[in-house]
Amino acid sequence: MDKPWNNKAWWLVAPMLALVAFSAVIPLMTVVNYSVQDTFGNNQFFWAGLEWYEQVLSSERFREALLRNLLFSAIILAIEVPLGVFIALNMPKKGPGVSVCLVLMALPLLIPWNVVGTIWQVFGRNDIGLLGWSLKSLGVDYNYVSDPLDAWGTVIAMDVWHWTSLVVLLCYAGLVSIPDAYYQAAKIDGASRWAVFRHIQLPKMKRVLMIAVLLRFMDSFMIYTEPFVVTGGGPGNSTTFLSIDLVKMATGQFDLGPAAAMSLVYFLIILLLSWVFYTVMTNHDAQR
Amino acid sequence: MLELKGVGKTVEGSVHIAPASMTLVPGSLNVLLGPTLSGKTTLLRLMAGLDRPTTGEVWFEGANVTGVPVQKRGVAMVYQQFVNYPAMTVFENIASPLRVAGVAKDEIARRVEKAADLLKLTPYLSRTPLTLSGGQQQRTALARAIVKGSKLVLLDEPLANLDYKLREELRAELPKLFAATGAILVYATTEPTEALLLGGHTATLSEGRVTQFGPTLDVFKRPLDLITARTFADPPLNTIAATKTGGRFLVAGMSVPAPDLPDGDYILGIRPHHVSLDGDGPPIPATVTVTEITGSESYIHLEVAGSPWVMLTQGVQDLESRAKVTLRIDLKHLIIFSSSGEALAA
Repeated sequence: MDKPWNNKAWWLVAPMLALVAFSAVIPLMTVVNYSVQDTFGNNQFFWAGLEWYEQVLSSERFREALLRNLLFSAIILAIEVPLGVFIALNMPKKGPGVSVCLVLMALPLLIPWNVVGTIWQVFGRNDIGLLGWSLKSLGVDYNYVSDPLDAWGTVIAMDVWHWTSLVVLLCYAGLVSIPDAYYQAAKIDGASRWAVFRHIQLPKMKRVLMIAVLLRFMDSFMIYTEPFVVTGGGPGNSTTFLSIDLVKMATGQFDLGPAAAMSLVYFLIILLLSWVFYTVMTNHDAQR
Repeated sequence: MLELKGVGKTVEGSVHIAPASMTLVPGSLNVLLGPTLSGKTTLLRLMAGLDRPTTGEVWFEGANVTGVPVQKRGVAMVYQQFVNYPAMTVFENIASPLRVAGVAKDEIARRVEKAADLLKLTPYLSRTPLTLSGGQQQRTALARAIVKGSKLVLLDEPLANLDYKLREELRAELPKLFAATGAILVYATTEPTEALLLGGHTATLSEGRVTQFGPTLDVFKRPLDLITARTFADPPLNTIAATKTGGRFLVAGMSVPAPDLPDGDYILGIRPHHVSLDGDGPPIPATVTVTEITGSESYIHLEVAGSPWVMLTQGVQDLESRAKVTLRIDLKHLIIFSSSGEALAA
């Protein structure tokens, strides 16, 4: 095979390379640079080696934030995935209801994250918020500003409200691609509703469901904006997730070295967990 | 015995199936032949009990089953798409209808193995359907239908998604597979050739109407009307308007001998392989439009007095476009229709 070698093609790739370099590679290298040095301002840097990494990994604060993050992601997935599948199964497959449902489902996804946070921050207040006020008048002792459990409940409810739609839309796309003949065949066999779900709908949805789980996991593990707006990480540190802690450390305390080390560790954890998730799910797929 | 008594289906004022009556006997092979959207699938669904007819009754083995839901009728259906449970192995797939019916475990194993043997699926029993070829996937679906031991097996274009060779192979096997079970086999297809190859009985469908039902060769050779003749023709039937005066037809400006019919307007039909350039019969002038050569045969597309015609000839015949030729039509095989489309003499 004689392929003409065209060096001009590099010019087409160049803008993309430059963009990636400036937006990802160079900032990442800067972070790496910060993470192994110490500074007291005045643009003076001193070599610190792995000191910051040791400090981050051994700190109670980091481990607590990490555990909160893992717990949050686990709860989110346990609620959003079954709920999303359930809603998708019950959405109409044809007729005018389809577009109404799709638009309703897409709405939360279209709202900017900080606005979602603000909405829930107001919604949950027990003086002017509909939710908070209603709960108070029902005699429920609900206050997300002072009670850690209420704060968690609010943040989780908010995330479920915001992101279940994504799972719904992905599953729905998987569901509508199942030919009608499958349902007919099941009907002729006399298969139960559960059998249809277990043996036709679930296997056919598996691929999109995998994507949904992966996306929701990565996203929930990196959550920042919404809890920051609603609880600011409080009360106390009860909703301080890794990202919130990171920002506090970097821009609040201006501890650039430890913050850089922490963000790299954070990045590696997400990368590792996503890789594990993906491998486990695709392996399972390959065995079948 | 499956009897359709004036079975029809109307949805929101539009007729999907015009009332049709047919009797299908056990052990018979019945082809539903018609183009896409002619109502084959709808008719199959009515036979199966997936849909309820809006008029008429469905009788099965002497009982009126019109309102009986599909899962209680014990029918089996195979589709154009390869429908199998994707996460189950081939064994589990074949076993699925038996499991639903609550058959004992060793009985299931015995029957599945028998069906797998019949369909040459034994080496693949532990694989999942999506890891198999299209032909094997459809064999799995067929095995599911066989193992069920249904008295009515409905096949909706089962070979349409298979490649040519597999189609030939399975088509030859299909009637034999079900012959032993004594089931009524109903086979929907868009291809006239397939109906002829399968034999048995054929019902032709056109726009939701069963236009004719009878032994396949009978329907092919003696269509009752022009619509049936056109449905059951591949390549398409050649037709031309003719006027009878003084004992002869006037066709495309030429005089052709005519049988004993009253004077008036007629439509003449002739199949492409009964048209030639060098045979006997009256000459008809034509203009060549396109020649298609398949190798052993050539399809020559022509224009005869403004109507498109096709001539099927043996061997390679490369005629130039716009060439003027004189066709000979085999009068023995002329199908004569009245101007309203009923067949008069064939």
